[in-house]
Parts: sequence; structure tokens; C-alpha cells
Amino acid sequence: MATASTEIRVTPEIAAEHGVTREEYARIQQILGRDPNITELGIFSVMWSEHCSYKSSKVHLKRLPTRGKLVVQGPGENAGVVDIGDGLVAAFKIESHNHPSYVEPFQGATTGVGGILRDIFTMGARPIAVLDSLRFGEITPSKNTIAEDAARNRRILDGVVRGIGSYGNCFGVPTIGGEVAFEPCYSQNPLVNALALGIAKKEEIFLAKAKGIGNPVIYVGAKTGRDGIHGASLLASAEFTEESKQKRPNVQVGDPFMEKLLLEACLEAMQTGAVVAIQDMGAAGLTCSTMEMASRGGTGIEIDLAKVPQRETGMTPYEIMLSESQERMLLVAENGLEHEVLAVFKKWGLDAVVVGQVTEGGIARINNNGRVAAEIPAHPLAEEGPVYHRPIAAPSPRIQTEKDWFAFAPEGANLTANLGKLLASPAIASKRWITEQYDTSVRTNTLAGPGASDAAVVRIKDPKTGVVKRALALSTDGNGRWCQLNPRVGAMHAVAEAARNVACSGAHPIAATNCLNFGSPEKPEAMWQFSETIDGLAEACTALGTPITGGNVSFYNETLGKSIYPTPVIGVLGILNDASRVLKIAFRDEGDLILLLDGAGDPTPARRSERSEESLFAREFSSSEYSKAIAGIVAGEPPAIDLAAEKRLQDCLVALATEGAVESAHDISDGGLAVTLAESCFASAGAGLASSALGAIVSLEDAAPAESVLFGENGARAVVSVSPAKLARVLESARQYNVAARELGKVTREGSFRIEHKGSTVIDSPLEILRDVWVHSLERALTAK
Amino acid sequence: MKFGVVVFPGSNCDHDAFYAIGNVLQKPVEFIWHQSEDLANCDAVILPGGFSYGDYLRTGAIARFSPVMKSVEKFAKTGGMVLGICNGFQILCEAGLLPGAMMRNSGLRFICRHVHIRVEQTDTPFTNAAQKCQILKIPIAHSDGNYNCDESTLSELEKNSQVIFRYTTPDGKDDAAGNPNGTVHNIAGVCNRERNVAGLMPHPERAVESALGSADGLVIFRSMVEALVGAAKATA
Repeated sequence: MATASTEIRVTPEIAAEHGVTREEYARIQQILGRDPNITELGIFSVMWSEHCSYKSSKVHLKRLPTRGKLVVQGPGENAGVVDIGDGLVAAFKIESHNHPSYVEPFQGATTGVGGILRDIFTMGARPIAVLDSLRFGEITPSKNTIAEDAARNRRILDGVVRGIGSYGNCFGVPTIGGEVAFEPCYSQNPLVNALALGIAKKEEIFLAKAKGIGNPVIYVGAKTGRDGIHGASLLASAEFTEESKQKRPNVQVGDPFMEKLLLEACLEAMQTGAVVAIQDMGAAGLTCSTMEMASRGGTGIEIDLAKVPQRETGMTPYEIMLSESQERMLLVAENGLEHEVLAVFKKWGLDAVVVGQVTEGGIARINNNGRVAAEIPAHPLAEEGPVYHRPIAAPSPRIQTEKDWFAFAPEGANLTANLGKLLASPAIASKRWITEQYDTSVRTNTLAGPGASDAAVVRIKDPKTGVVKRALALSTDGNGRWCQLNPRVGAMHAVAEAARNVACSGAHPIAATNCLNFGSPEKPEAMWQFSETIDGLAEACTALGTPITGGNVSFYNETLGKSIYPTPVIGVLGILNDASRVLKIAFRDEGDLILLLDGAGDPTPARRSERSEESLFAREFSSSEYSKAIAGIVAGEPPAIDLAAEKRLQDCLVALATEGAVESAHDISDGGLAVTLAESCFASAGAGLASSALGAIVSLEDAAPAESVLFGENGARAVVSVSPAKLARVLESARQYNVAARELGKVTREGSFRIEHKGSTVIDSPLEILRDVWVHSLERALTAK
Repeated sequence: MKFGVVVFPGSNCDHDAFYAIGNVLQKPVEFIWHQSEDLANCDAVILPGGFSYGDYLRTGAIARFSPVMKSVEKFAKTGGMVLGICNGFQILCEAGLLPGAMMRNSGLRFICRHVHIRVEQTDTPFTNAAQKCQILKIPIAHSDGNYNCDESTLSELEKNSQVIFRYTTPDGKDDAAGNPNGTVHNIAGVCNRERNVAGLMPHPERAVESALGSADGLVIFRSMVEALVGAAKATA
């Protein structure tokens, strides 16, 4: 047997220290037919960690829709793949790197970006865009946030932003979108979810399946060090305690330059035709890559650790197998052609070493200097790990009365100052201070960078000819506050908003990826939130035609027993068949008409009478950004969702964009109609069509209270601007799609922003004053001493 | 006429320069590998942006020792046209082909945004198709674009009209408001005394189509094409 006399003898207690339960340990003994040695225990512990095995989420994830006529590769590979026409496919996926980003914000974020980029180019796709969905604790002191916490949250944000920029900028991929939100619950558990998108030829997609007995297994890229050991099992699969800061050595260190070389070398090696399979070494490093490749291919694998390039001397098999050193890949080459692969890596100055071979019989054998260090059946390890039906329990219902809800201002009140406050809140204010630290234009594909359109839009150059025809749009969304109040409805809103954003850019939503950030799965309430979320996602993705093609689950987002809001982040991908038809949010011309498109149709008499009850408005309004920013109230319910209405609106927007019938489009979401209108004005200054921003004059007649009309966040709505000559055409299209189109007002050059409600002026301000607040507030908050 | 785009390990704007010349201007262009000392008979060489060798030591400090740089130096010394963009500019400074050096941006952060630069001189092969004082809207994307040099070099640069691009406000004022990174005299690009080697921090190759937000960068590549056509006619 493999166990060396000097090695630690494995006991159930040592297994427990590895996070392996007694039942799991018994299962290991059963699979091996003996006790594991320490290296084998290490391998089982990482492969069966929550992070790698999805043992608590698996039974629920099955309920997600994953098929569609454009889906080429669903969940289970390194990334999802969809057909985008002309023989091309898009590979995309979102992944979390939350705990490392709290322990060491800069490196945590860099390696998060590095990991997702590798997932994309492992498939043979060249990355063309990155988006980041970030959640932090509050960055300004308030009654919920003491100054010390706010300062720490600012430091975390700064480190994360620098880290994302440092990696993507050097690697040479534009970071063009995502969102940033702030809630007290993320104070000791920030969320860093990175999404990457890549393009490949359909017939050149690579999978991570070992094939061909006797084919050589090649290790390429950075050398293996002692960094990141147990990153997946200890950092990502356990909640945080006071001692967590000591886990800094478990965080990996990123080297974007190495990754850039690895990208170019891998893509070039794939072109030789000598590469059979390839898998990146991410979480659980060499362990995961060897075991999963063998398991997926139904083969065995044999490697010799003595041949693995090492950064440090005296590393044990346990350390080599569990290291999470970054920028490494494992590939299988065609027997006899390995020299072609090795030559490419040599050209790029990278280590590439044959470390083993594909074997018959399904056993993964890890040798070290002629001795067997581990011997494990690959398939049972990778696929027959524990699966848990964790207990689920809904929390006791919140008893809420009108007293807990937002109280609307009296009719006719001037709300200008409140709009200013809302525009200054970090959630709503311009994110320019952050996004300018990212390279947004490298690769010259960016048609709509951060804030230009509701979705990030990149054009697709044919990899061979450079000819441009189509473009892809991407948006990430997820409102944790809403999911906390109602996880099922909140999850549906996340899908709806991401898809709506994509449609507002003119693109047809085709597929989705998800990053599910939750508390401890060992708590029945967290599992209830998870289960509800899955049902909400399934329903919304089915209704909106965006199957889930991949993603990741991040549990244990808890610190000192306090969980984050359940936060599913959804990335929706859309396609524009004509890259010249991108819609942006900016108003374009004086005199254009401002229209509200509402997929739910005009309020019917029945709906109106139901809605005339002010308490109903108040209940939904209490979950809004305005309620939180102005009154400090987070309560009630997320707005009711109508997926059919969302679908009608999205189809209508895509049709209008395709016809070139509207000048701009911007959906109504955080901050409501007033913020949507203001942002379309602000953006006009950057559009290069006017030296100063265009203004707007709008008149509203809704029966609901003014604050509800201006700042309410009901879905299925968007604001478009239309040149008067095209009005009839737009109204006709809207009618065809059964979408209500209401004329609200006009774009002006007078430099003022004015809204009337039922005849009285509720908002009136010089546009530049509002714009200054919106543009500079985040920077002012972040650079405050 | 043939352009060459050098590929250093870590170059990441090589494809963009290649695309601007090959696809947008439709002129012959090829990549030159950093380990090659053969410039493949190119008539103009572009050192592209990126993070050559990771730029871990100092921007461009390692790349200048690449084998290809020996040939680039020889090519430049014999009058060959060399343009360095962003990291390429940094490499040319490190190689001593252009005066001055790059420091960290004054704000100590990476900045990516569209800026405005004014064409100061039109008697160079990089600006001959532009109007004097023409304002170009072009993106920057760098951490180390804070150009600096000693007083005597600076007065030489100004005296010899070697400052060819200066950052300005959108309406053309070269004041502090138009200066994104703290660079001395708002310098965005310079050329050597012989005017055949130039470098600039902004990325003209990212501003070659209006769909990308600006096509103002094209004038720089058009100038190079015209200079090459003129040179070919002169030798014919």
C-alpha cells in the first residue's frame, strides 16, 4: 500500500479536520476498500467539498431549464456554450470569489477574474469581455453602519476594484459591465462574481474529457507552489469566524502576464490538432483536473508528481495535489504528436512537461518518485460523492403592518431634494470612478461600455477575416434586498431585469448563467431561500427563453453566524443580428418624444381599483431603493412580477431596435422612472451630440402617490425616445406586441429637468446640478477620509 | 508598402493595431515576433500597447532587451518609421530612441477613458495628414503615462518642436483640467529630433471607427501611409 511510514496516519478525527464527516469517511473507505492515506484524504476532501461537489445544491439545480435550440453545451463543462450563427459560438460563465476577496481583496479579486478567464479559454474560446457583479457593505457611515465598518468596506472595494483592473487590463480583455450594490449584510462578506465571455468556431470547441489510452498528459503553465492549499475546501466551504483573517495564506496569488501567455499558447496549441482534451487547474488544482478529466472520459489516469514543475522544494504529494497555484493547465495530447504541443509552449516561454498518461480501467494513480502516493477510482470520486437533501424550512412569516411601511409624502410635495439624495446614494450614483480603472476598449469591440447602454455590447469580429456582422449583449443583475424579502419573486426579477437590459440594448436574450450566493446550507432557512430561488429562476428562465448554461453556487456566505441576503446573480446573453443597431440610454435630440413602454398594458379599471389602495403601493414601495435611501426603510415585498408582460416588452424593444425606430431605450429599475429619465439626460452629454446634457420635461397623470409613480420599481417597463416623425410607427409596433406606449413628455435643450404629477410640479432642477451630484458622489464617498 | 506590428510577450493591443491597418485602412501588415531580428522588410514598425513581460519591473524595461529591439534600433537609426503606442511608447523611452521617461499617473490609478489631444506639429510622418491644432478624441488606458524629463531635455523638446500631441480639454485648452495623468507640459506624444520615431500614450488604433466612439485616430495611420507613399515616389 501507498502509505509511507513517516506519513500521518489517517483517522476519522483527521478526516473531520478536513471537513469530511463520519458518513463521508465511511463512504471513502467503501470506495477504496481500505483506509485512505493522507494524500488520498486530501483529494477526497477537496473533491467532496461543497465548492467542488455541489453536494447540497445538486438536487435543486436539476430543476433549472438547461436546454434550448441554441445551447451547444449546458452545465457540467468549464463554461456554457451557445450558437451565435455563422459557425461561431459564445462561451460564457459567471463564478464567485467571495471569501478570498474579503480575506485579501486585491488578490482575491484578481484570481477570481483569472479563474473565469481560464474557464473560457480552456474551451478554445478567446475571451472578449468580462463583467463583474460586486456587493459591498455600506461605504458611508449611517445608523446601521459605524464609521470603522464604512472605512473597511471602502478599503475592500478599493482592493477589489484594483484587483479586477490589474488582472483584466494586463491580460487584455475589456471589463465592460456588471453592477455594484451596497447593503449592510455584505459588510463582512463582500460578493465578487466575475463573468467572462469568449468566442470560438463551433467545430473548434474543446472539452475536458480524457480520451485515448496511452495518450500523454501534459502539465503547462506556472509552477506549483504551496499557495492556495485548501482554498476550495476551507475558504469557500465554511463560514467565517474571527480567525478567518489567518486564512490569508489560503488565498492564491494571480499573475495576469502568465495567464496572457497561457492564453496565447493554449489557443495556438489547439490549432495544431494535437490536443485531445484540456482542463484548467482552478479550485482543487491538480486534483480536480486529473480526476475530472479521467472521470468524464471514462478512463484512468496516471501521473508522476516528481515531474510536476515546482516553485518550492520539499513539497509533499499532499501539497502538490492540493495546491491552488494559478495559471496552470492540464492537457491530453495525441500520442506521438506531443512534441507539437510542447513546441508551442516553449515558444511562449512556458513550462510544459509530460507528467503521465491516460490509462485503462478508471483508476487515477498518483506516483511520486516511483512510489504510489494515491490510488483512487476516478469516477466514484468525481461523480459518486455525497449528495444531500438538506432540511428546508421557511422562516416564520414576518408580521408587517402599514406602520412598518413607507409613508408617502402629501400630494403636491416638492421631491427635487429627494431625487438629489437618491442620485447621490452609492447604489444609484455613477460608477465611473470604478469603471475608469478598467480597460474598457482593448480589442476594439466595445460598442457599449459601462453605462452607455443597459447591457454591455461587444461586436463579433470573424476570427479569420475580421469582418463584423453581429454583436453580443450581456447584463448581470440580482437584487439581494428583494430576495431577502421574497426569494422566489426576487430571483424572477433578477432574470427579468437582466433580460430586459439586454433587450434595451436591442439584443434578443438567448441564454443565461447564474452565480448563487447564499448562507450556510446547513441552516434550513438558507436552504429554503435556495430552493425558492431555484424555482423562481426556473420559472423566469423558461418564460423568457433564456436557459441556464452554467454558473456556480457559493454557500457559506456567513460571518459570525450572520448570513448575507440570498443573492442570485444572473447574467443574460443576447444577440444583435446587426451590430449597427445597438440602442443606448442617452437621449439624442431636442424635440424627441419621451415614451413609456409598459408590458403590463394600460392599467385596466380592475387593476386600477385594486391599486388605488395606498397600502398596496406602500407595501411594494417599501422594498425600493428610494425607501431605503430616503426613509431608511427596507420592508414589504418586491414588486409583483408578470413574466408574460416582461416577455412582451422585451420582444417589442428588440423589434423597435431592429427597425431603428427609437433613438434611445432605458429600462426602469433601481430608483424608478425619475432616475431612468435623469440618466438618459446625463448620458446625452457623453454621446458627443451635444456639448452639454439634454434636459426633459415630463408630465404624469397616474392616480398613485407621486413618490410611487416617480420612484416605484415595477418591472416590464422602459423609457424610449422617438423622433416625432417615427411616433406613429412606434405606436403601431407597440400595439402589435400588446405593449402600452404612453407619451410622457419631450427632450429639451433648456438644461432643466422638470416632472409634473397631476398638474403640480414635483421635480424641477437645473440638470447640471443633478448631474454633478450623480457623477461625483461615489468618488466623494470613496475618497472621504 | 508593409507595416509590421511587433508582438512582445504580454502585448495585448497588437491585434488592434493589426486590425486598424489591415481591416480598416486595408494596407498590408504582419506580426513580428519579439525573438526575431528580422523585420521582414517592413516599411514602418509599430510597437503596440500592452504589458510587455508583465511590466513588473518598470514599464518597457525588459522589452527593450528583446532581440527584435536590436533591429528596431538599427531600422530607426537608418530613418525607418517607428511608432510606439502606450506600452510601445514606454519601450521606446527605455530603449533611448525617444527622450524622457514615464512615471505613475498622478492619481496613482489606471485610467481608461476618451481624452482629447491636440496635434502640435504636422511636419512628421505621423501627423502630416492632420491639421495643425486639430483636436482628436482618442482613448487612453494606462497606469504609467505621466511623461517626464529633465528641464534641459524639455526645453530642447519644445525648441525642436518634438512635442507632437498635447492633452487638452474638449475645446483645446492645454491646462490642468485637460491633463489626465500629470504629464509635464500636457505632453501626450513626442518624436525624436529626426522625426522618424514617435510615441504617444493614447490609443489611436482604438479610435478608427465611429461605432467605437471615435474615428479620430485614423489620421495618424493615414499620415504614415501618405509618408510611405511619398517616400516610395521619391525613390522611384
